[in-house]
Amino acid sequence: MNVLSDNFAMFREGFIGTVELTVLSALLALVLGTLVAAFRVSPVPALRAFGTAWVTLLRNTPLVLLFLAVTLGLPALGLKGWDSFWLAVLALGCYTSAFICEALRSGINTVPVGQAEAARSIGMTFGQTLVQIVLPQAARTSIPPIGSLLIALAKNTAIASGFNVTELGSVQKTLNAASGYNIYVIFLWIAICYIIITFTISGLFRLLENRLAVAR
Amino acid sequence: MSGSVLYDVPGPRGRARNRLYGVLSTLAIAGLIGFVIYRLDATGQFQAGLWDDYEYTETQQRIVDGLLTTLKTFAIAAVLSLVLGTVLATARLSDHRPVRWAATAVVEFFRAMPLLIMIFLLYAAVFTSDPMWALVIGLTLYNGSVQAEIFRSGINAVPRGQSEAAYAIGLRKTQVMTAVLVPQAVRSMLPSIISQLVVTLKDTSLGFIILYEELLFVGKAFAQQTPPVNGVYAFIPMVIVFGSIYILLCLALSSVATWVERRTQRSRKGKPPALPAAGIVPGAEPTAGASGADGTGTA
Repeated sequence: MNVLSDNFAMFREGFIGTVELTVLSALLALVLGTLVAAFRVSPVPALRAFGTAWVTLLRNTPLVLLFLAVTLGLPALGLKGWDSFWLAVLALGCYTSAFICEALRSGINTVPVGQAEAARSIGMTFGQTLVQIVLPQAARTSIPPIGSLLIALAKNTAIASGFNVTELGSVQKTLNAASGYNIYVIFLWIAICYIIITFTISGLFRLLENRLAVAR
Repeated sequence: MSGSVLYDVPGPRGRARNRLYGVLSTLAIAGLIGFVIYRLDATGQFQAGLWDDYEYTETQQRIVDGLLTTLKTFAIAAVLSLVLGTVLATARLSDHRPVRWAATAVVEFFRAMPLLIMIFLLYAAVFTSDPMWALVIGLTLYNGSVQAEIFRSGINAVPRGQSEAAYAIGLRKTQVMTAVLVPQAVRSMLPSIISQLVVTLKDTSLGFIILYEELLFVGKAFAQQTPPVNGVYAFIPMVIVFGSIYILLCLALSSVATWVERRTQRSRKGKPPALPAAGIVPGAEPTAGASGADGTGTA
């Protein structure tokens, strides 16, 4: 018997679960990461300290621990109605945002100093300099590292299977437990699903890189 | 005039405004932390009954045991992954095409697979009774592949002239590698290697999901055993205690990476410490792995 055709609905659900988890937490991570990166270069010391603390803490927290903290901690803080899917999005998004922030910040560092100086000399404020001049150029150099961060995010979504979220990892776990199927074949199909997702991400980012490339 | 190039040195009004923003954001952050603490308190997470257990030596012994299990797993996985990384990197740098291809396929495959999926496979198929080895081998395969890439790029990053000169004085390939390239590459790779070891350490907590008795699992088992006080279970105290242990461990290892990076930068070519403030961000410490991104414009 064929694992894939027998359990196609399950595989489809898991695949869609993983894709949704990846896309939503990628969006959250990009927004949060940009915000924290802006904090880290801002003229306000308190925000800089907050950004540094955010990045240092999250980069040194195991993702499983963060999942535990989010799934156990947030309900106690009053977020009772959230289901495990959205909690997983929150954990993955916050975790990845710290890495995105660092990628963006080193992107900001590669923007020639003259750009920011020119922007300042025509009277732009910090916000204008950052949003209109520096970040668009920084984004360009940050695209390859952000692409690999999002691939890592897609792989990290597997951890959500330990926290009651339906995605490919939980499909594998369920099918492994159900006797009768060859475990390696299950793994093969799950692996192919993940490879489809990661190849799509890297393809998208290569496209983006080519579109945004500037002849220097 | 030190400071970021992103904004002018603030004048009196700018300083006042920044101070206002600073006070407001400090208040907001303090308020957030205060709210979290208040809510945790209001839901009874700080009741003495939930924390008493941590005072018993028996509990502390269990935590230490869990910690030792985690560290043991980490140590085995770290050593094995460095060995595997060396082997794979050597194979990828080989002169024989089939060896190179095979190693490339292995490295790319294991880097593309989610670690947890590998661990599920190993746990279900090979090490059904021994989650530790499922975890260790999974960690080794993944991190070994990543380390192999770090080694390879480190060796490739040594200036060409070095190996050309070595070949020119008649060294064999092995001699070129061991006597010329590797010693120079190790210095530049070391921060990335240690950062990857931090990832290995963090990923040992995946054992939690396959019910391996490492630190996090001990924590959860412990919280489940503690009888609830006034209807509140001991999970959040557990997350606070065990989370702090994990974060301190990882921070310690990360700071080793940063320290090594500082040191290697300082001692290169025996020059006095270079000014790091080349980029836009003033005190930006170079993050491990993202080296070579000096900010002075070459465009």
